[in-house]
Parts: sequence; C-alpha cells; structure tokens
Amino acid sequence: MESRICRIFLSCCLWPALAPLALPLSADAADPEQVVRPEIQRRDINQADIDTEDFEIGGFFGVMNVEDFGTNPVYGLRLSYHVTENLFTEAAYGHTNTSETSFERLSGSAQLLSGDDRKLDYLNLSLGYNLLPGEAFFGTRYAFTSDFYLIAGAGGTRFAGEDNFTWNFGFGYKLLLNDWLALRIDARDHIFSLDLLGDSQTNHNLEFTGGVSLFF
Amino acid sequence: MNRLTRGCGRLIAVLACLLCTQQAARADLFGGLFAASKPLHVEVADPYIELHTGAGRGYPVFHVEERGAWIEILKRKTDWFKVRTARGKQGWVARAQLERTLTPLGTPMQIAEATQKQFAFHRWEAGAIGGDFEGADVMSIYGGFSLTPKFSLELSWSKIFARFSSGEMADASLNIHPFPEWRFSPFFALGTGVINSNPDTTLVQESDRTDQLAHVGLGLRVYLTRRFIFRVQYKNYVIFQSTDDNQEINEWKAGFAVFF
Repeated sequence: MESRICRIFLSCCLWPALAPLALPLSADAADPEQVVRPEIQRRDINQADIDTEDFEIGGFFGVMNVEDFGTNPVYGLRLSYHVTENLFTEAAYGHTNTSETSFERLSGSAQLLSGDDRKLDYLNLSLGYNLLPGEAFFGTRYAFTSDFYLIAGAGGTRFAGEDNFTWNFGFGYKLLLNDWLALRIDARDHIFSLDLLGDSQTNHNLEFTGGVSLFF
Repeated sequence: MNRLTRGCGRLIAVLACLLCTQQAARADLFGGLFAASKPLHVEVADPYIELHTGAGRGYPVFHVEERGAWIEILKRKTDWFKVRTARGKQGWVARAQLERTLTPLGTPMQIAEATQKQFAFHRWEAGAIGGDFEGADVMSIYGGFSLTPKFSLELSWSKIFARFSSGEMADASLNIHPFPEWRFSPFFALGTGVINSNPDTTLVQESDRTDQLAHVGLGLRVYLTRRFIFRVQYKNYVIFQSTDDNQEINEWKAGFAVFF
C-alpha cells in the first residue's frame, strides 16, 4: 500500500517535469518523415488583421476667387474613399468670405449683400482619376511617390442667400511623404448660376489650395 | 493621519491604473488605425514576386523576391499590399501576385474581394446621385440596407436647386431587386417622405413650407468594379400640398455608389 502511494506521488511529481521531453520524442517517433520548419508556428491568415487604408481625410487652405466678389482666403475639409488604385470618390466642404465688388467700392454706400450673405460655403461630391502616378526625387537621397489626378463632381453652394447647384472640375497633385501622410495641391473651378440682379448669370469661381491628408 | 496617507496612496494607485489603461487603450486605437495588429507571413510560390515603390501599376518595380522566400504583409491600399521581405525591404505587391503565395499552413493565400457575387447580395450601400427634378437641379446622398438579396431599405437626403427657391427632401423607400445576380440589375422603388421648400431671400418674400410626399420609381444598378456601382433611376413623386391640389413631379437621376 505504501509503495503504491509512493508510486502515485512520484509519478505526479515527475510527469510535469518529463512531459516536455517526452512529447517531441513521441511526435518524432510517430512521423519521422515530416519536414520540420522550426521558424514557423501553426498560424492561420486572418485577413481582418490586414490594416486597410482606403480612406483619406484632410484639410486645405488657399485662395478662392468668387466672380465679381474678389479673391479671398478659403479653407475646408475633405474625405476621400479610394475605390481602386485609379478611381476615388471625394466629399469636400469649403468656406470663404467674399469682399466688395468694384461697383460697391466706387459707389461708396450702395451694398449688394450684407452680413452672412457675403459668406460662401460649398459642399460637393466628386469622382477622381489618378492619371499620372510617379515618383518625385528630392536631392539624391529621397524619393517620394506621387500622383497627378483629374477630378470632377457636383454639389451645392450657399452664397448671397441662395443655394445653387454647382459643378466642379479641376486637377491636383499629391505627394506621399510616407504610407499614411500626403501633401496635396489642388486647382478647381466651381461653376454655378447666380440670380443676384434678377437675371441668371453663370459664374466661374477658381480655387487654388494646398493641404495635408491622412490615410486610414 | 495614517489612514489618510493610506487613502491617498490608494487613490494615487487607482489613478495611475486608470491612466495606464487609458494609455494602453489609446496605443491600441492608434495601433489599430495605422498598423497591422498581428504579423502575417506568406511564402512566395511563383518563380518571383514583384515589389513596386507605390500602390499602383504605374509605380516602378524596384525589387523581386524569389520562390521560397517569406514575406510579411503590413497593410493594404485598394488592391495593393505593402510587404516586408526577410532582409527588410518594403514595397507594394498587387493582389493577383499575392494570391499566388502560400500561408504557413501551405494553402494558397485567399484574399476576400468584392466581386459581382458580393454585388448580388451586399448588406450596405452608400452613394451620391444627381439630376433633374421637374426642371430644377437635384443632388442626393443615400444609404441602403439589404434585408434579403431582393429587398432593400433606403434612406435618402436631397437638395433641390430651383430658379427662385431651394429645398430639401428626406425620403425612405423599399426597393425590390428582381434580378440581383445580373450585372445590369433593375429595381423598383416605393416610398414616402417630406419636402421642405424655402424661397431665395434676395428676390421672393414667401415663407418656408413643408409637405408630405409619396413616390414610385424604377432604376438600374450596374456593377462596375470592386465595390463600385453606377446607378440611374426615375421616380414619380406626388406632393400632398396643404394649400393646393397635389403636385406631381418627375425626377431623373444618375450617380455612383459603393457597397460593403
């Protein structure tokens, strides 16, 4: 009886200590032909673990000319979704304050617009195409990937107390500093009709901006 | 006094713990946003695999890895994957090439991709469409949820730009897709909503107005590529006006959408 208890006790103590030695031996014995790749553990590929960076968010700042109402600073935000390596969609919001027309300045007191009517806000949805992908070199040590793109879309502009349907088209250049940070310069024409003096007039409003964007 | 010190000590410990967990959470958030959480390795099975400098066909190939080499997948942009070789070179590989690599289990690397099959039954859809609303310009954004391949619910918000006024319309509809598996998939729509019109303040002095509406419509969704859809539709609205007889409106729109 005593020796039996002793055996149980010993086997309890020794088994955990010997188990690591015993297991590989028995595995080898079972399948001696198996090619072992010691550096690779059994892992499955889970695609959800791959970080996808198809969205881009950024801010921009520049100048915008509103026909008859001067050229003024403009700023805004944009959000893009890259559908393929060539195609992307973009939503952009911009804001600018316009200045007095020549008529208002010359006449002295006559004001065409007052207060908030002088502010211009636009919101548009556009489709872009990366036309010329390439690399830009800075000195002999640095190379950055870049893209020249064409972009066009539609949206709305609030100006002079009116909401106007607005087409926009233009082009831009994007310089990727690394995988997730890019510098952008954009040139855009915003086209809308304004009924300010009773008859409808098509306005071309040019905008030049520079900005920074993040991919996420 | 002793109790007070002990209490203070405990408070500090709790605060430190909170701060630590917060920082850990923040690190996790940024880790999740900007980097892969787990390293993924695959083995090159083709004679070689090409590494481009950027995520696109147009960027030059600067390195090749031969069959048998192990590469680590770092991130993805559209159909391109950033990889790191054993020697630490980093570049972008096209999906088509990455699909001819082997996972650590020895099976071919499978990459889930939005295809026409997913287009036939996708849960979420979001897009922007614009066009003509009985002579006025209209621009809409919408989001849709598919209950089954043949039925989806859609919410849309529109901005209407008329000559002397503008308006907003919010609209819910039930869409029926009789042939969801077709590349050119037609649909029928039935729905209701509200429309608010506000005259331009510079010219017309009239108050804002909100009316109920109902609509029927039909359209076509065309699967283009990856997650991209072209969409064209016609809707006939009846606006139940409080002041007048019902107003009937024809609307034609076209635009683009993405699905998930």
